[in-house]
Amino acid sequence: MSAIVSLHNVVKTYTRGKQTVEVLHNLSIEIAQGDFVALMGPSGSGKTTLLNLIGGLDRPSKGEVNVAGERIDQLSSGQLAKWRARHVGFVFQFYNLMPMLSAERNVELPLLLTNLSSARRKQNVQAALAVVGLAERAKHKPAELSGGQAQRVAIARALVADPTLLVCDEPTGDLDRTTADEILHLLQMLNKDHGKTIVMVTHDPKAAEFASHQLHLDKGQLVEGSVHA
Amino acid sequence: MFKQTTAITAMNLRAIPQRLGTSWVIVIGIAVTVAVLVSVLAMAQGFKKTLASTGRPDRAIVLRGGSNAELSSTLSRENTLTIMDATGVKKDADGKPLASAEMVAVVALQQRKTGTAANVTLRGVGPKAFELRPEIHLVAGRMFQPAVRELIVGKSAVAQFKGTEIGSRIAFRDSEWTVVGEFESNGDAHESELMGDIETVLSAFRRNLFQSVTVLLDSPEAFNAFKDKLTTDPTLTVDVKREAEYYAEQSKQVSKLLNFLAYFVGGFMAIGAIFGALNTMYSAVSARSLEIATLRAIGFGAGAVVVSVFVEALLLSLIGGTIGAGVAWLVFNGNTVNTLGSNFTQVVFHLTVTPGLLLGAIFWACVIGVVGGLFPAIRAARLPVATALRAA
Repeated sequence: MSAIVSLHNVVKTYTRGKQTVEVLHNLSIEIAQGDFVALMGPSGSGKTTLLNLIGGLDRPSKGEVNVAGERIDQLSSGQLAKWRARHVGFVFQFYNLMPMLSAERNVELPLLLTNLSSARRKQNVQAALAVVGLAERAKHKPAELSGGQAQRVAIARALVADPTLLVCDEPTGDLDRTTADEILHLLQMLNKDHGKTIVMVTHDPKAAEFASHQLHLDKGQLVEGSVHA
Repeated sequence: MFKQTTAITAMNLRAIPQRLGTSWVIVIGIAVTVAVLVSVLAMAQGFKKTLASTGRPDRAIVLRGGSNAELSSTLSRENTLTIMDATGVKKDADGKPLASAEMVAVVALQQRKTGTAANVTLRGVGPKAFELRPEIHLVAGRMFQPAVRELIVGKSAVAQFKGTEIGSRIAFRDSEWTVVGEFESNGDAHESELMGDIETVLSAFRRNLFQSVTVLLDSPEAFNAFKDKLTTDPTLTVDVKREAEYYAEQSKQVSKLLNFLAYFVGGFMAIGAIFGALNTMYSAVSARSLEIATLRAIGFGAGAVVVSVFVEALLLSLIGGTIGAGVAWLVFNGNTVNTLGSNFTQVVFHLTVTPGLLLGAIFWACVIGVVGGLFPAIRAARLPVATALRAA
């Protein structure tokens, strides 16, 4: 399969006061379309930084980042925002749902960036909520949902615009084991049955087992894994 | 962009109940600023309106040359006769000029509200004074008699000053004057005055000089001929003004002062309100930084975020401005107050809150909102998405 994510000699540095810290050192990886990759590593190893680069939330200090056929490290902020809307669905550890909106309104958000009609948006929202098994909770607000249900709504929001890539940052980090497994099964189903490419950051080895491949980072470098350049 | 902005703005507005306390800071701050601004401007407006309504285009007032007001003017009896006989002065059926040679004096009366002494204009008027000023009419009692120490009092003066009711006796110049009537004058400056017979007033004040002559002209167009006649007469050194022009000049200084006061005090309060708005909007942006970052991550543009912060600030300011303007209108419109006029006497007037004044105040409220929302909106737009998401 062709690579949907391709990073070449990526360096990412942060400046903290007078100190410059290099978080990623000449990192090169490729992720194939339809893959489910778990990014693992200790705290400070650079996995979230790598995920942010792949998801177009941040830019590298050096190197190339190609995702979904575009060199995104060269895009402006505005272009990057449009690119994210088209190609990336985000799932966050703490769900990041809008507290004042119902589940269906939350799921509809990415569709407001498209030209779809209101009726079509509603149809797509219902379909996405059905995929995550929450069609009957559409009218509920986040505060009225359990953690697992809220994360399912977040996954529906990530899916609804049919993005090229799902980027998940510790999606089960705030959930108990049983609920976490349900969420991971759901992600696995989306990968296998719907062909979604998923990149997931996790600390949890059990969660990583749900992925097709694992990438291990340590001190900003790839140390082992079955998918790398 | 429109859809994005609408969606984010709707979310922000729905979240206001969760930030009710901080949102009230904008609303109350702006409401108070607007109420103060409107009340002081309403004073200026009311004062101006009162003096402006005193004049008529077909009436002229003649003062000694170089005099700013009646109090500093003097005209001899001979001069007043020359003035009244001049071209352009309207005559009555008997061929007598519709003109009044007058004298003004200051008497001290107690204010009803505070009990403190205030200077009130006593105007000695000629027999034709009420023919040339048909707007003056008695609402109670009767007209003063010549050669008797009797007065009629304007309705506004009765409302503001003690001892001015019909039957009251007012003591000045070593004698007592009886109030025999109360008059209305369409709310103009004369309504703040006491009026008596000119000869009796001159005699009481031991004077033989008049201070002004007010004449009714044949028509407004007759003014120039009348003025030319008087100003080219070598026996006279006089200033001739249309009555409206004279009273507009009299209101200028006080109106200017009140306008300055309104914008000076209002300006300081507006600065305070801007800081309140800034604080509120910064808190709002800060409280929603994760939501804003999430929306930006999903693909919403910075422009939509900026506009939504602006709209929220503007809406809160609009609410504050409307409340402030509404309260000012309810509380102050029509209130009667008095201030020192050009004759060093009190002019009683009504605070006038006009629609233009209300709209202007609401406009300034929106300006405060826009300025208060500007920096928080920029901060929201510049929020680094990855950092904000990580901070959560």
